[in-house]
Amino acid sequence: MQILEGEGVTKYFGGMAAVLKVDFSVTRGEVVGLIGPNGAGKTTLFNLISGTFTPKPGVIKFKGEKISGLRPHRICRKGVARTFQEVRVFPNMPTVENVRLGALFGTPTGLSGAEANKEADELLDFVGLSALKDVPAGGLTLVNQKRVEVARALATKAELLMLDELMAGLNSTETAEAMELVTEIRKRGVTIFMIEHVMKAIMGVCDRIIVLHHAEKIAEGTPNEIATSKKVIEVYLGE
Amino acid sequence: MQYLFVAIGFLCLTYSGWFAERLLTKEKKGRLLTAGILLPVLALLATLPFYASGYTPILMTSLIMFVILAVSWALFSGPTGYMSLATAAFFGLGLYAAALIGKSVPLPVFILVGGLISFAVALIVGAVTLRLRGIYFAIFTFGLVILIAQLLVFWELHISGIRGRFVVPIDYNTIYYAMLILFAVLMLTVYFIRRSRFGLALQSIGENEEAAAHTGVNVTLVKVFTFAISAFFMGAAGATIATRWIYIDPYIAFNALFSFLPVLMAIFGGMGQLYGPIIGAVIFAYLQEELITTFAELYMLIFGVILVIAMLYMPEGLVGVILKKTEKDETPGWAILLPVLTGIVGGLAGWFAFRERRGAKELLKAGGVVTAIGVTLAIIIIFAA
Repeated sequence: MQILEGEGVTKYFGGMAAVLKVDFSVTRGEVVGLIGPNGAGKTTLFNLISGTFTPKPGVIKFKGEKISGLRPHRICRKGVARTFQEVRVFPNMPTVENVRLGALFGTPTGLSGAEANKEADELLDFVGLSALKDVPAGGLTLVNQKRVEVARALATKAELLMLDELMAGLNSTETAEAMELVTEIRKRGVTIFMIEHVMKAIMGVCDRIIVLHHAEKIAEGTPNEIATSKKVIEVYLGE
Repeated sequence: MQYLFVAIGFLCLTYSGWFAERLLTKEKKGRLLTAGILLPVLALLATLPFYASGYTPILMTSLIMFVILAVSWALFSGPTGYMSLATAAFFGLGLYAAALIGKSVPLPVFILVGGLISFAVALIVGAVTLRLRGIYFAIFTFGLVILIAQLLVFWELHISGIRGRFVVPIDYNTIYYAMLILFAVLMLTVYFIRRSRFGLALQSIGENEEAAAHTGVNVTLVKVFTFAISAFFMGAAGATIATRWIYIDPYIAFNALFSFLPVLMAIFGGMGQLYGPIIGAVIFAYLQEELITTFAELYMLIFGVILVIAMLYMPEGLVGVILKKTEKDETPGWAILLPVLTGIVGGLAGWFAFRERRGAKELLKAGGVVTAIGVTLAIIIIFAA
C-alpha cells in the first residue's frame, strides 16, 4: 500500500523550477532514499511534503488523502514528521521538553500531560539521551541534537518519518550509529523517507532510491540498480 | 513618607512576580515560606489607601498601570520575539471605550468592554499581520497606532463633531483597587499560560517557529490568541486609567510614548523572568512621574542616558545581570537583588530628602538624581563585570 504519493509535484521560485513534475511514491514499511547533487531540489521536495510550500501544480497524498495545501501542523498531526538539514531544536528548552512538545501537539489526538511525559522518556531512552534529558537542547553536540530531532519527530506518533541529511557532519562511528538508529526506527513500524549524501549509508539501509537532478526525477530503483545506472553515474561523476 | 510607601509598593509588586516565577520553577524548597510571605504582601497592597497619604494611591495606580502594560507586552513579545509596538493602540482603544460608554455603565463593565474591544481588534490585526516577521511586524504594529488614531480624528471631526471627550471621574481609591485587581488577574493569566502546554507552544515559537509548526503546533493560532490576550489587558488598563485622566482626545489617547515605554521598561527590567518587567516598569514610571513635574525638559534626556547604558551593558536587563552574577558565584539571588533594590530606593529617598529642603537649586536636584541613577547603574555594571 502506498503511504505517500506525489503526482506531477512542481514548485517554482520566481522563474526557476526547484522541483519539476516529480512523481514519487513510498510504500508502507519501506526505507526510501532521496539523492541528488546539491541544489537538485531534495529539501524543497521535503518542504512541499511537510507543508512549508504548496506544490503548484501537483498533488501530494498521504494514505490516499490529499495533504498538499494543508498547513504544516495539520500535516504533522496526520502522521508525517520530519527533521531538518540544519538542526532545529528548541535550544533553551530542556531536551525532554523538546520531545514532549511533539507528543503534546503533534499526535493525531493529542496526549495528556502524563502520557506525553511517558512517551518523551521512552523516546529519549530509544535514541540514547536519557542521561541528558534535563540539559538545554542547544548545549548538546550536533549528533545529539540530531537525535533530539528524531525523538521529537517520533513523539508525534509519525507513520512517515522524513530525515533530511541525518548523517551530514557526523564522523564514521556516529554515521554507523545513525544507520543503526534508522534500522531500529524501521523496526518500530515507521516508514522512512530520507535525503542523504553519505552513499555508504544510503546503499546500506534503503530499499529503494529516487534520484533528483536539476529539479527532475532522473532515476528510481533498488540501490543496486542506482549504483550501476549510467545516467546517475554521469550526474555524479560528470561525462 | 510617600517614597516609603512607593518603596513598599515596589517591593510588593516585584515580590508577586518573583513568587509566580518561583512557583513555575517547580522548586519545592522553601515554598511554604515564600507562600507565607505572599499573603501579608498582598494585604499591604490592598490596605495601602488606609494608611498612606492621599496622593499615594494615585501614584501607585499609575505605577501599576505601567506594570500592567509592560507585563502584558512581555507576555506576547517576550517568548515569541515578535516586537509589538501596538501597545498604544490597544491602550487608546480602552481609553476611548471608557469615554464613550463610561457615563452609562458601571466601572467593571466598561473596563471589561475596553479590554474586549482591544482583544477583538488584536485578533483581527494579528490574523493579518502575524505572518510578518522582525522589523516589518514592528513597523506594522506601530502603523496601527497611527491608523486608529487618525480614523478617530476623522470620525470626531466629520461625524460626531466632538473634539475631545470627558470621562466620568471616579473615586481615586476605587481606581486603585480596579488597577490592583487587574494586575492580579494579569499575573494569574501569565502564570497559567506559562505553566500550561499553551505556554510551551508559545516558547517553542520564539525558539524556532518553523520547527514548532512542523512539530504540530498551530503557530498562527497560538500567536494571534496570545497577542489578543495581551491586548485585552492593555485595553482594560486604558479604560481604568481613563477615569483619572478625565479629558481625552485621539492625540492624548494614542500617544506613541505608550508604545515605546512598555518595551523599554520590559527590556530594562529583563524579560527572562516574570518580575523583570515589573521592576523596570515601576522604576521608569516612578522616575517619569517625579521628573516630569520637576524638570520636564530634562527627564527624557535622563531616560535616554539610562537606556543607552542599559542596552550597552545589560542587554538581558537588570534581572538578567543579577542572575548571571549569581550563577557565576552561586550567591543567592536575593543577596544581590536586595542591595540593588535598596540602592535604587535609597537613591530616590536621598533625592527626596534633599528636595524637601526649600531653596535647593534646581541644578543641584538634577545632579542628585543623575548621581543616584549613575551610582546604582555603576554598582550593577561592576557586579556584572
